[in-house]
Amino acid sequence: MNGDQAMRAHSSSLPGPTFDSPAFVTPATLASSTVAIVTSAALHTPEANAFDGGDTSYRLIDRSRRDLILGHWSPNFDRSAFAMDLNVVYPIDRLEELAARGVIGAVAPRHVSFAGNQPDDLSTVRFDSGPAAAAALRADGVDVVLLTPV
Amino acid sequence: MSVLAHVFEAAGIATVVLSSVRAMTVKTAPPRALHCEFPLGRPLGRPGDPEFQHDVLAHAFALLDAPSGPVLVDHPVVIESEAEQVSCTLPPRFDPGLPPAVDEARGIRRAYDRVAERRGVSSVGRVIEAAEVPAAVASLVAIAEGADWRTAELPGGNTTALCHDIRSYYEEAALDLVTGPLPGPRALEDWYFEHTETGRVVLAARDAIRESGAKSAVWFYMAPATRSL
Repeated sequence: MNGDQAMRAHSSSLPGPTFDSPAFVTPATLASSTVAIVTSAALHTPEANAFDGGDTSYRLIDRSRRDLILGHWSPNFDRSAFAMDLNVVYPIDRLEELAARGVIGAVAPRHVSFAGNQPDDLSTVRFDSGPAAAAALRADGVDVVLLTPV
Repeated sequence: MSVLAHVFEAAGIATVVLSSVRAMTVKTAPPRALHCEFPLGRPLGRPGDPEFQHDVLAHAFALLDAPSGPVLVDHPVVIESEAEQVSCTLPPRFDPGLPPAVDEARGIRRAYDRVAERRGVSSVGRVIEAAEVPAAVASLVAIAEGADWRTAELPGGNTTALCHDIRSYYEEAALDLVTGPLPGPRALEDWYFEHTETGRVVLAARDAIRESGAKSAVWFYMAPATRSL
């Protein structure tokens, strides 16, 4: 079993919260939507506070930044690809290209980073930091979010 | 990720998740998910391949046309995580008076610097800077050879963060040392743990700390769970 198979088997065995009445938002057309990325790679800028192990907070990343650090604490995934091309985790240049071509309406001015390794009950991201990050993106006029894991 | 999708959707934002663990995505049922059976750490599939990344995004954004959810669709491409070995030449021994791993860490510094300058950023720096890597490796050599980890004065005081810094230093330097195409998934992890002196030292130090009876939090995350000497 290689590293990815082992991690997928482990992750599949973890409990996952279920949602009784999940919301389902029907967006306007993609061509008129402002799009943001939300990643669980614990990305942060050099001057921003790094993520602690078990960190439940988030960082807002300005659209212009490319000098990002992969702050995730797990050694169990391929960390090298991000150093080769950040778009493989955080496809910000691809969004800029889609906006230039009119496929999406606009690239959001700020994007969001969480740490994927959360405490098991996930209560903070569900009821505190997650809604706060969503409110920040709503204030920026974001219509659509792409979520990228590592 | 799927939990955050529910949270953002409840706030009025439409979401699309790039799923990496299909069973968990089925369990948590986000409104829209594109499952990507790609190597972990590469949710857009392939670094340096804008065309493929755009293909992933096109599949993902197409899910926004679904009238109701949850929607779970598989990307048609599967990328295996077995990597071909990279060709990555390490510098020859320079100072035979140093432990091989320490000499090696010093030897790749210029390669690391070139990559850091090119990228404008480095993931080294959680607890030590690049200049401190050789001394940190020396501490791990001592532990691997029997020194008590509690008195070995490991820089930074956090084995997980320290080992991340050392591995980032090596994997970033490797980007200047490899020849041929971009390294495949886990290819640099293989190179680091199987072909560098320091990778082997980290595994040996982890074993020594574990065998000393330390709590798992001290040693478990020093290297991938599947790695052993």
